[in-house]
Amino acid sequence: MSEHLHLLHILHELQQKHRYISEASICEVAAQLSLPVSQVRAVVAFYAFFYSTPCGHYHILFSNCTSCGYRAGGTDLLRLLSQKLSVNIGQTRKDEQVSIDETSCIGMCDHGPSLLINGVPLVHVDAEKIEQMAALIEADKPLNEWPSAWFHVKDHIYKRGLLLDSSLSAGDGLRAMLTRGREGTLTEIIQSKLRGRGGAGFSTGLKWRLCQQAAGEAHYVVCNADEGEPGTFKDRMLLQQHADALCEGMTICAYVIGAYQGFIYLRGEYRYLLPHLQATLMHRRKLGLLGTAILGQTGLEFDIDIVVGAGAYICGEESALIESLEEKPGIPRSRPPFPVTHGYLGQPTVVNNVETLIAATHIAYKGSAWFTAVGTPASTGSKLLSISGDCAAAGIYEYPFGVTIQQILEECGADNAQAVQVGGPAGTLLDQTAFHRQIAFEDVGTGGSFMIFNQERDILTIIHQFATFFAHESCGFCTPCRVGTILLKQGLDKIMIGQGARNDMAELQRVSELVRRYSHCGLGHTAANSILDGLQHFPQAFEQQLTQYDYTARFELNAALQEARQLTRHDGKEAHLEQGQD
Amino acid sequence: MTHKPKLKLATTSLAGCFGCHMSFLDMDERLIELLEHIEFDRSPFTDIKQLDHCDIGLIEGGVCNAENVHVLRTYRANCRILVAVGACAINGGVPALRNHFSLKECLEEAYVKTPDMINPHIPDDPELPLLLNKVYPVHEVVKIDYFLPGCPPSADTFYRFLSELIEGKEPQIGKVELRYD
Amino acid sequence: MVTEPESKFIRIDDREIPFVHGQTIMDAALAAGVYIPHLCHFPGITPQGNCKLCTVEVDGKPLTACTSPAAAGQRIRNNTPELNEARKALTQMLFIEGNHICPSCEKTGNCPLQAMAYHLGMLHGHFPAQFPVREVDASHPTIMLDRDRCILCSLCVRASREVDGKNVFAIAGRGTHASLIVNTASGKLVDSDIEPSDLAARICPVGAILIKEHGYDAPIGKRIFDQHKINEIGLEKIYIAGAKSDDS
Repeated sequence: MSEHLHLLHILHELQQKHRYISEASICEVAAQLSLPVSQVRAVVAFYAFFYSTPCGHYHILFSNCTSCGYRAGGTDLLRLLSQKLSVNIGQTRKDEQVSIDETSCIGMCDHGPSLLINGVPLVHVDAEKIEQMAALIEADKPLNEWPSAWFHVKDHIYKRGLLLDSSLSAGDGLRAMLTRGREGTLTEIIQSKLRGRGGAGFSTGLKWRLCQQAAGEAHYVVCNADEGEPGTFKDRMLLQQHADALCEGMTICAYVIGAYQGFIYLRGEYRYLLPHLQATLMHRRKLGLLGTAILGQTGLEFDIDIVVGAGAYICGEESALIESLEEKPGIPRSRPPFPVTHGYLGQPTVVNNVETLIAATHIAYKGSAWFTAVGTPASTGSKLLSISGDCAAAGIYEYPFGVTIQQILEECGADNAQAVQVGGPAGTLLDQTAFHRQIAFEDVGTGGSFMIFNQERDILTIIHQFATFFAHESCGFCTPCRVGTILLKQGLDKIMIGQGARNDMAELQRVSELVRRYSHCGLGHTAANSILDGLQHFPQAFEQQLTQYDYTARFELNAALQEARQLTRHDGKEAHLEQGQD
Repeated sequence: MTHKPKLKLATTSLAGCFGCHMSFLDMDERLIELLEHIEFDRSPFTDIKQLDHCDIGLIEGGVCNAENVHVLRTYRANCRILVAVGACAINGGVPALRNHFSLKECLEEAYVKTPDMINPHIPDDPELPLLLNKVYPVHEVVKIDYFLPGCPPSADTFYRFLSELIEGKEPQIGKVELRYD
Repeated sequence: MVTEPESKFIRIDDREIPFVHGQTIMDAALAAGVYIPHLCHFPGITPQGNCKLCTVEVDGKPLTACTSPAAAGQRIRNNTPELNEARKALTQMLFIEGNHICPSCEKTGNCPLQAMAYHLGMLHGHFPAQFPVREVDASHPTIMLDRDRCILCSLCVRASREVDGKNVFAIAGRGTHASLIVNTASGKLVDSDIEPSDLAARICPVGAILIKEHGYDAPIGKRIFDQHKINEIGLEKIYIAGAKSDDS
């Protein structure tokens, strides 16, 4: 399958060209790909970067992450720019010059407030830059004439460990693999006790073994480069600096499981990395490390296509990712069956995280003992952490598993932390009493996100941002997550504006437990984590916002009269309502 | 057995059709028996306008305007047990069909676009209570202790519920019969 | 000669229930006459597990009975106060998410969602009503699509594809914006090949897809759920038939 014919890519080109995807285009694409028109329409509706009405010539999406979001610097940069350009948030300006909205974390958390402009990351945004941006937009300056430094995404690596210190040339892992043979290589991976770096921590060796043993017409390797967990950006660096080792890890996996085709599923926010990744693939083909007769071995054949997502956090869930690869909305499948037996096109498929595949390459080359020498018995090796928030040096830190949170805080210069969110909004919110705990699958697990909040931060605001994120990203498949995430957001909205009563806290607890227990997939299972952690460890953050009333209206009473006040032109005292009742 | 004091009962209809009140009256001769244990306070049945402290308040209808909010709050403040009675009180009911439209659309349809109107305009007499943007269930404005579903709840439902309250038992609503229509 | 598949057992609450390989927990339960509440499951149609009402605890773990394979020795909790309480909350979520005004709905009395709410003792929606504004599609001469009442169970989507051999419906949009769409260029039902005799036109467990001109046919007292409770096994046949127009 050629990547240029993928539905997501065709739709991306239409979006770029026309700034929206019209109903007519949907019908044309459906005919062109012989897909049901409803499938194309559903895909357009599902992915955040496709629009059914025209965006502006300059389409700006501010990250709303707690670390790289528009409020991360103190000022509300989103509102500032929309005021400067006289544009309503979420609505294209009348002259179609500009549109501004927000989007989920774009993975620039070590670059301060950041945004995507026509899909390209623009980092270190501040009030001054907003001023200049507004002028450039009004002057209709093309993006390639904007200061290039604004688009410079730097990799801030502050601590190197097992993987980042290890040097490797292209082909080293493959040659070691051939020496060991298929079974020998798999044995090495199994003995390394490598576990999935995406967060779930499933044994990589076992996953490969199960896939190898599964019967199918074809086997597939998929690299999950949909790094969507807010606060995570280590895969961004790995894709930039270690793409060779990644491709090599995929090739090793392919050899072990018997796959000829692999895919890198790259999140839409990282599209700017596509040329680099394509060049890496080309280069490897030239070197005989990819394609037919790899390393001159007849019959050793494997190639990789890249599929770029279009703004959907859920596609980081492996079965949703596979659905997306299959040109459908990213709705997680029912499991079992698992992708190792029924994955891409119903065939046995391994889906591994970027960091996992790179670690596999190193293990293939250096052996399992090199790997197990570091970490804890249950969590071997090292973990790349994306550290952001209130610290002196936000960036990437590689630690052996077992490192304590306290040690990390000290080394990144966070001397005033009141809380740490480990594993992103889906992870764990820890207060100071938990700073002695370790980063490890058996203690505090993480896919890599490590966000620090100092004493000045309002924890409720953070929890509210996380709840908003999940309500926005819920795929809508199952009842508890689709409805529950909205109810949680609304419950927090009410407390945030100072209209919550004590029973609203109990209600948050109850809905959170429902969403966690009854949802279909990992998104729902984790969506309420920060609320539950917050209610347990930071109850005062909620309590201090409550009204003195025992029970308050569920909606804003006075706002509900606004339309009538306008229509009747009455605005006296009797035309208003108090929210609470004594 | 000592004679227990009568329970004071108040009722009102907000955005409702009085169907629940009619169904209440369908208890027929059982009303006479109930009146041995219950006395009415403010209610369309009595035409008493002032609400005293009551044991039970029955609310029919959803909340569609500012006056409904005031009345509902008065009942909440004065009734030990407040009951949402019927589909409209519980989820807005038929009046909530207007929630599909903006207030402007609704009022223009009724008072401006209707043919043969003399002086078509949106009514703005200060005497008229201001409408809320939507019709809301009563429990979204005040705390509700019990819900009696049905459109309307049957006379049997009212009778069973009130009998249980009179006997000091926890009402078992819906255990025998449950209907939303 | 075909050998009889070996019978194995699962335990649901206090009952031993036989199953054969390939059956889900739901299949085995229904075959044994054990009711597990469900709305998005329909015998013979590929299960999806989106409503989550059929969640049971399998060896302590919550799983949807309709999608989970039965396996020998499973100890399953089904009819427990905790699970029924959660099922009630999920049903309340389905009610407040849409516009379910029973007294004015043609499906009232014949509606599995309503009957489920009765079964679970739901007295009110509890959560804040969302009052969504959703599009009604009345374009088709004999079939009505009222999205206000859609609970996104996708039974019509699956029935159309798997039983009717058509592909009339799909679900589009994310999260709370998810909605039932029609697989035609216009997006309108009138341009589709759906017919009133299709299972997709009859399977809707709410009043979202209705055969026109047949509202309120049966008087109160004679409607399906005036005479049956939803926990009776095998009611599907009755409510598919009940939705049939007179001439078919």
